Amino acid sequence: MASPSQRPPSKLEVFVLGFIGLAGFVGLWLAASTSGYVPRQFLPTPFDVLARAIHLLTSPFAGATLPVHLARSLERYACGVALAAAIGVPLGLAMGWYRWLDDIVTPVFDGLRFIAPIAWVPFAALWFGTGIGGPIMIIFSGAFPPCLISAYRGARFVDSKYIEAAQMLGTSNLRTVAEVLLPASFPSIVAGLRVGAGLGWQSLVGAELIVASAGVGYMMVQGQSNISTPTVMAGMLAIGLVGLLIDVALRQMEARVRRRRGLA
Amino acid sequence: MTHVKPSSARLRLRFTRRFLLGTASVLTLLTAWVVLTMVTGTISTSRFPSPLQFWQSAKQIVTVGYADATLVGHALHSTRLVVIGFAVAVGIGVPLGLLMGWSRRAEALINPAFLVIRPIPPLAWIPLAILWLGLGDAAKIMVIFFAAFVPAVINTFTGVRAIEPPMIEAARMLGTGRWRLLIEILLPAAAPMIFTGLRLSLQASWTTLVAAELVGALAGLGRVLNMAQQDIYPAMVMVGMAAVGGLGWATTRLLAEVERRAMPWLPG
Repeated sequence: MASPSQRPPSKLEVFVLGFIGLAGFVGLWLAASTSGYVPRQFLPTPFDVLARAIHLLTSPFAGATLPVHLARSLERYACGVALAAAIGVPLGLAMGWYRWLDDIVTPVFDGLRFIAPIAWVPFAALWFGTGIGGPIMIIFSGAFPPCLISAYRGARFVDSKYIEAAQMLGTSNLRTVAEVLLPASFPSIVAGLRVGAGLGWQSLVGAELIVASAGVGYMMVQGQSNISTPTVMAGMLAIGLVGLLIDVALRQMEARVRRRRGLA
Repeated sequence: MTHVKPSSARLRLRFTRRFLLGTASVLTLLTAWVVLTMVTGTISTSRFPSPLQFWQSAKQIVTVGYADATLVGHALHSTRLVVIGFAVAVGIGVPLGLLMGWSRRAEALINPAFLVIRPIPPLAWIPLAILWLGLGDAAKIMVIFFAAFVPAVINTFTGVRAIEPPMIEAARMLGTGRWRLLIEILLPAAAPMIFTGLRLSLQASWTTLVAAELVGALAGLGRVLNMAQQDIYPAMVMVGMAAVGGLGWATTRLLAEVERRAMPWLPG
């Protein structure tokens, strides 16, 4: 769009340019690691990383194979995000409905919001240990704010005529929240869940680097202390891929919800 | 839910109520903190500090110091790293985003390679940074760079792409040169999105720095947290968290002020 005088590139051109870009990226990386200026131990080639990743699929490192580490990470992740959604969404909806609750919770929430989720690590370790509880608390603190805020915004911006109609028909508060507010703010909630899930995944990585005794983050820390750069990079690859998959899945869910509502 | 526009008297009442309830809520929490830790002892102070311990630890780190420096020393150290990493990332990321937004060909060339880096969470760079650069400042700056770079590029790119073509066509028809087009049309029109990107970058910078310092550092607020965790010193953990939150808040406020002055045409 931006430069109208330019003819937009054809599909083929986009593909070729993209290929050149990627090839340049991989080529520079290869050149740097095979040139000998950097020890190969610290900058393995892309193929070394892939080979290491495939090797880790079957042979254990830091106590488990890569799939097992991933499974441990995902288990914690699912618990943390589910907890954040289970508390954040109802609380957000209720805050959108009851002004007094909003007035009471908001100052406390605002006071805590600026503390980076990762700064909870020492307390998480002290209170819940380094097994599954500590990391879950970190994931929770990453995923909770978007869940709460999106449900709150969703509830606050519901078209008032629905609420008036419900109230005119004598619907109770609880039923109004469950049957009017919740469905009406659903698109906003799903968007918030997606953001929360993304932040939760990031927090998980941080938590596992510091307090865990299993998981992909733990595997990377072990790789770091064994000066095994391919292991560290294989971990980055796995984390990036899984994060991407989670994001794509949630985006599709969000698009489906929006389509069904006629919003897209 | 108010559907009729509230009168000013009602609005004032609403603000008063909001203020009173908010104050009451915070005061209740503070009282509960004092009572539960210092009077009844329901919460063990080996797990959660009392207000008195918090105050003493704060005094200790401000006057004597903890983990080899005073609070101001640690805070300055962390802030300096955030500023450097953020500045480098923005200095490269915003021009790159502008370029990709302006030229479809540049986008086609750069985007696939960028997409390889983009899904990696900033915190996942920490072990690699330590392997390459050790526990010093350079590793922290590298990690902050990757955290701040991605949002800066994406939002600048989106901002340029969202500009309505007639605006650019009009400027071109009037014979505006390339540089003037960039300075007077593209940058101002994309500025709101660019600042959204900068805000996200800044938050990511702080989070990542704290994480990197927690994993291993020689100074900084994350090191305070790390030492306090190892010493099982909950009060100092809390002081560290308060400092992290306070600095995060202050830098966000600062950026909001810059944003307000840079875009005087926007309301509020």
